[in-house]
Amino acid sequence: MIAVRDVSKIFTTRAGDTVVAIENVTLDVGADEFVTIVGASGCGKSTLLKLIGGLIAPTTGQILLRGALVTRPSRDTGMVFQNPVLLPWRSVRDNILFPIEILGWPLREYRTEADRLIGLVGLRGFEHSIPRELSGGMQQRVSICRALIHDPPLLLMDEPFGALDAMTREELGMELLSVWSERRKTVVFVTHSIPEAILLADRVVVMASRPGRIVTSVAIALPRPRALEMEFQKEFEEYSKIIRSAIAAARTRVS
Amino acid sequence: MRERLVRRWAREYGLPVLAMAGLIVLWEAVCRSARIPVWLLPSPVAIARDTWQWADRIPGHLWVTFYEIIGGFAVAVLVGVPIAVAIVYSPLLRRVVYPILLVVQSVPKVALAPLFLIWVGYGPRSNILVAAIVAFFPMVVNTATGLESVEPELLQLTDSLQASPLQVFWKVRLPWALPYIFSGMKVAMSLSVIGAVVGEFVGSDKGLGYLILTASSNMNTAIVFGVMLVLSALGIVVFWAVCVAEALVCPWYLPPQGERR
Repeated sequence: MIAVRDVSKIFTTRAGDTVVAIENVTLDVGADEFVTIVGASGCGKSTLLKLIGGLIAPTTGQILLRGALVTRPSRDTGMVFQNPVLLPWRSVRDNILFPIEILGWPLREYRTEADRLIGLVGLRGFEHSIPRELSGGMQQRVSICRALIHDPPLLLMDEPFGALDAMTREELGMELLSVWSERRKTVVFVTHSIPEAILLADRVVVMASRPGRIVTSVAIALPRPRALEMEFQKEFEEYSKIIRSAIAAARTRVS
Repeated sequence: MRERLVRRWAREYGLPVLAMAGLIVLWEAVCRSARIPVWLLPSPVAIARDTWQWADRIPGHLWVTFYEIIGGFAVAVLVGVPIAVAIVYSPLLRRVVYPILLVVQSVPKVALAPLFLIWVGYGPRSNILVAAIVAFFPMVVNTATGLESVEPELLQLTDSLQASPLQVFWKVRLPWALPYIFSGMKVAMSLSVIGAVVGEFVGSDKGLGYLILTASSNMNTAIVFGVMLVLSALGIVVFWAVCVAEALVCPWYLPPQGERR
């Protein structure tokens, strides 16, 4: 589905200095695979996501999406950010239908799909509420529905639960999995929470900083459907240990 | 129920109303006891009495000033918003237009009033122009700020949907900027009142500003005060009209009741 080939991204600061955001990153993501990218802040994981989304261009290397070179954003991607960034004047339903409106698809046909998604994330009864009437968690649920409404084969999520409290975070993670199991798609999910990365993923990609690079990639063999209780299983703790030590090793190498 | 409402109203507004009334009574008392001549400082009663005698002359002037204010405001909005859009969308225009705007802004605009008199002649038209040029700058600045304050992630989203620039403008940028535009309008409306009256001071034979000027040159101080009050009332009404329009056009922007700071 996604092939990142030896990609580097170098930013030039206003002062004229160059900053290597990521260096020589190669990553393959299979169709319908759920990949989480974990790493400390500044390791370039958001940059990698933006590169895959075609929002920025790589300095060197190339990115292929279903075999085609990515040169600009594709309508085949749904995006979820750390902030819900809803349109404050639109109701929940109209926010979710926003992509359909932009794409010029028939709104009426997608209204039922919007309401189905609203039900799926537990927001029934809030169809006509506007964002400021919702809690942060509810707003983020709306933004996930918005990313799913046009049923894109690829979902890019940039720390989507980063601004939420721990409990809402777990709840939303499980909801995301149930939505995903019902309508499979490729997901690239950036987070800085190791347990979250393990619980959601088929594969955890570990990144380190200076320069941003992929350190290791850990396949998660936990059975699906996943449950929060799995965090206390032995395998889960093993995965956690492997990832933690990979991050620690990368850190000592720098200093 | 009704009694409770009255009591709440009294608790909220009782003190300021009482203070205001006290001040007026004090004013009246000082004027009477110190025998201050009416041309120097008329008492509230004298102001009310004399203004009432002029009551039939005021509405015509009020109307002229009103449409100068609204005209100046409308010109400021209709010219200011498109310029702001142009500045936001074209870096070239920004580089060209912004310095010009800054120069115009730094000229004391009251000093432009005599110039307009020469260019467009005596009367409401030049006053509308003065009002417009005074009110125009905050319109441009606020609108431009609003258009640029759209969250970058939202633009990434429209990018990923390959939205056309027009779609982004109409469906995201402009509605996003509306609260900013309205706060610009509130400033513009207040400034437009000032501009219209200044214009009338400089050259006019109609309007409340003209009325104040004639009354003061006749040492008719009570009328000066009376017309000033009418003018303030007019200013409050037109400002309030913008607030009402804002509440109607972008209700999503007002914080919900009970959460208001």
